[in-house]
Amino acid sequence: MIHPSHFAAVLLFALFASTVFGITMRDTPPRMLRYGAYCFILFIGSAIVLSWVMFLIAR
Amino acid sequence: MSTTPNKPAAAGKQSEKGFVYLPLIAGWLIPGSGHFLVGKWIRGTLLAVSIIAMFILGLAMQGKLYTGAQDILDILGVAGDLGSGLLYFIGRVMGLGAEPVKTTVADYGTKFIVVAGLLNIIAAVDAHNLRTGRKSS
Repeated sequence: MIHPSHFAAVLLFALFASTVFGITMRDTPPRMLRYGAYCFILFIGSAIVLSWVMFLIAR
Repeated sequence: MSTTPNKPAAAGKQSEKGFVYLPLIAGWLIPGSGHFLVGKWIRGTLLAVSIIAMFILGLAMQGKLYTGAQDILDILGVAGDLGSGLLYFIGRVMGLGAEPVKTTVADYGTKFIVVAGLLNIIAAVDAHNLRTGRKSS
């Protein structure tokens, strides 16, 4: 059994989901790579922003 | 000047022979295999690794495999899990993911398993689109 930190779980989720999104949503390998990277950054970025929002709301 | 309609070349060529839904069904049952059937080996491998790893990590985090349909959320969970195809049935037969969720990480694991199934459905539909020529390459 593994117990990754919450951020590690976010990283893994973003990596795998972005890979599938990139491959399935675009036609050519360069565009797949760009879209996958874009999705990955959005996943991670939104997780960090929402974490800070929740932290500030909870204070 | 040619007067033939502008059809994708792959569409005409590929839809002529074989069972057109085979990549869709194979891709659902075994992640990535739909892309293997249409000759996209690298894409198929990346999809298989991503989806299978996500499913296994979900189980390793003590995530739950949905089994019954007591309420609407459970029905949606079963639908998501079923997207993993054979992985879900093998997990059920082996009794994996049967314990109730007790930790936050286990809840993440449950979501990993459901999302792996949903991503597999997207991948299978993509393989079908490649087979029919709706997606050019």
